[in-house]
Amino acid sequence: MVDDALAVNVENLGFHYPGNDGVTFSGLNLKVNKGERFGLFGPNGAGKTTLLSLMTGLLNADQGSIKLLGLDVSKHSNAVNRSFGFVPQDFSFYQELSPVENLEFFGAWAGLSKNQIKIKTDELLQILGLEDVRHKQVDKFSGGMKRRVNLAIGVIHNPQILILDEPTVGVDVQTRHAIISYLMELNKNGTTLIYTSHQLIEAEGLCNVAALIDSGEIIANGNIDKLLEEHKQEDLEQLFLELTGKEYRNDV
Amino acid sequence: MFKLWASIKKDVRVLWRDGVGLALMFIMPVVLVVVITDIQNSTFELINKNKLPVLICNRDTGASSKQLIEAIKKVGMFSVDNLPKNQDEKTIADSLKKKDALMSIIIPADFTRKVMAKSKTTAGKALTSFGLQADSAQKDVGDVDPLVLYYNPVLQESLRLSVKGALQSALQLVESRQTLRTLYFDINDKPLPEKLEGEMLNNKATITDVPVSINGSLKPPNSAQHNVPAWTIFAMFFVIMSLGGSVVREKTSGSYIRLKTLPTSYLVGMLSKQIVYVGVTILQAIVIFSLGLWLFPAINLPALNLPHDVFGLFVVTILTGWCAVSYAICVGVFAETHQQNNGFGAISIVILAAIGGLMVPTFTMDTSLKTIANFSPMHWCLQAYYDLFLENSNLGNIIGYLIPLVIITLVFQLVAIWGLKRKNLI
Repeated sequence: MVDDALAVNVENLGFHYPGNDGVTFSGLNLKVNKGERFGLFGPNGAGKTTLLSLMTGLLNADQGSIKLLGLDVSKHSNAVNRSFGFVPQDFSFYQELSPVENLEFFGAWAGLSKNQIKIKTDELLQILGLEDVRHKQVDKFSGGMKRRVNLAIGVIHNPQILILDEPTVGVDVQTRHAIISYLMELNKNGTTLIYTSHQLIEAEGLCNVAALIDSGEIIANGNIDKLLEEHKQEDLEQLFLELTGKEYRNDV
Repeated sequence: MFKLWASIKKDVRVLWRDGVGLALMFIMPVVLVVVITDIQNSTFELINKNKLPVLICNRDTGASSKQLIEAIKKVGMFSVDNLPKNQDEKTIADSLKKKDALMSIIIPADFTRKVMAKSKTTAGKALTSFGLQADSAQKDVGDVDPLVLYYNPVLQESLRLSVKGALQSALQLVESRQTLRTLYFDINDKPLPEKLEGEMLNNKATITDVPVSINGSLKPPNSAQHNVPAWTIFAMFFVIMSLGGSVVREKTSGSYIRLKTLPTSYLVGMLSKQIVYVGVTILQAIVIFSLGLWLFPAINLPALNLPHDVFGLFVVTILTGWCAVSYAICVGVFAETHQQNNGFGAISIVILAAIGGLMVPTFTMDTSLKTIANFSPMHWCLQAYYDLFLENSNLGNIIGYLIPLVIITLVFQLVAIWGLKRKNLI
C-alpha cells in the first residue's frame, strides 16, 4: 500500500559490498515525509553515501525495497529518475563546458524541452550568482562556483525530492549561505530535501528532521528539537558525539 | 532525438576543447604519412632512378677485368668509380666511408689469366664431348679467384643480395664470352665475329613486369598508394587517446553517476560518442587522402590515385572508423585512469599496427606472425584498403575482410556495455 505522505520509504533494506568490504545494511528501515528537510548524519564510513547511492539507484539492494514517492527505485524507471534530483559530493559535470552548456546537456537528459531548459537555465544562473560567467569554461571556476553549478544541474528539472551529498563541502561562507538559502527556498516550494553533511551547525539551521547512522544502523531518528530534548543535549554536534563516541573513525 | 542532439553537441564541444587530442588525431598522422612516404619514396628512387655508387679496385691488367667492369656498368644500377690498383683493404674501407659509397669490389690480379685458362679448359671439355679433338695440353686450372665485395653494413640484406646477383650475372657474361670465343677459335681457327658474339650473348628474352589487378588496370602502385591507407588506419585508431580519455574523464569526474540518475538510457550517450568520433575518423581520412591527392605532387611525391569504387572506399572508411571508435570506448571503459588509457591505448595500437602489416608488410613476416596478423582488426582494414587502392577491387571483392571487421566491432561494443554494467555505471 502506498503512503501518499511519504517521499522516501526504505523497508527492510539489506546490502553489502562485494567481499563484505565496507558498510553493510541489514533490515534497515527509514521514512522521510514529503516536504521535510531531512538530514542524514554519521561519522565517516557510517553508510551515508552508500544509503544515498541506494536511494538514487546507483547501487542495487540485496533485499528489501526503497520507494521514492511510491515508486520502486530498483525498477530504474524514467518515472523514478524524474522524481528526484541528485547533487553528488564530487563535481559531476563536464568541466570543459560552460554552465550554460552543462545545463543544456543535463537538462535534455532530464527530459526537458529546449525552451524549458532556456528558461530554467536563466533562472538558476541568476539565483546562484553565475550569470556573469555563464559562457566561461567551468574548469577555470573556484570550488564554490563549481558547487553552485553542481547544485544547478541537480535541480534543473524541478525534482520533488532533492538528494544532496555534502553540497557545501569546501566552500566559503558566502557560497554556503547562498546554497542554504536556495535550498530553503526550494523546500518552501514543496521540494523534499535529503541532505548529508559533516557541518552540523549548518545542518541544524537547514534540517527539521534528522537521522543518525552508524555502522549501517539508524541509531536516532526524528524531529531535531525532540531528539535534543530526549537526549538532553544543546545542539546536534553534542548529540552526535554522545551517540557515536569521540574515537577516530578510519574509513578505508 | 533532442537528447541525442544535445549529447552530440556536448561531445563535439568537449572534443573541440581537447587540443592535445585533436593534435594527436590530425597533426601526428599528417606528419607520419608525409615523412614515411617521403622516406619510402627516396628508397624507391635510390634503387630505381639513382645509381648505387660502387668503388672498383681492379688489380688485374687483362681484358677480362675490363670486360667485367663494362658489364657491371651495363647492369644499369651502379655508378662505377675506379680506385688505384695497388689500394690495400684498409684504404679501400676508408674510401668507402670517404666517398660515401655503399660497396667496393676488388678484382684479383690474375683474374684475366684465370678466366682465359678456365675458358680453355671448358672449351676443351666441350670439344671432347662433341667428338672433336681438344688441345690435350690444357689442364684444369681450378676456379677463378673470387671477387671480393666490401659493403657498408647499413646496406639492406635484400639490396645486397640483388647487387650480388647483378655482379654474378656480369661475371657469368665475361666467362661465357671468353669460353665462346675460345670454342669458336678452336673449331674455326679464326676469331669469333663480333656480330655473332653480340647475337649469341645479348639476344636474350626480355622481361616485362606487369602489376596484376583484379579489374585489369595496369597502373603501377606507388609509395603513396601503400602509405596513405596504412597511416590513415593508424590515425583512426589513435582516436583512443581522445575518446578513451573522454570516457575515463566521465567516469572519474562522476558524470556517469549523474547520468545514471537521469531518465535517459546511457545508450544515447554511447550512440552520440560513436556518431561524433566516427565523424572525426572520416574527417581524418579526408584530410590524409587530400594530402595524397594534392600535397604530395606539390612536394615531388607520387600522387595518390583514388580507387574506382569510391563507394567501397567510403564503406571501408566508415567501418574502420567504427571499429577504431568501438575499441577506444572499450579501452576507456576498463581503464581506471588517463595514464592507463593512454599507455595501454598507444602501445596496443602500435602492436596491432605492427602485427597487422601497417609498418612491415605481412608477406615479409614468418608463418606464425602471418597467422597472428589475421587476428588484427587493422589487418582486415588494411587488406580492404589495399584491395581497393592497389588492385582496384570493388566492395563485393573485399566483403571477406569487412565481415570480421563488423563482428569484432560488435564484440568491442558488447564488451564495453558489459564493462559499464559490471562497474555499475549504467
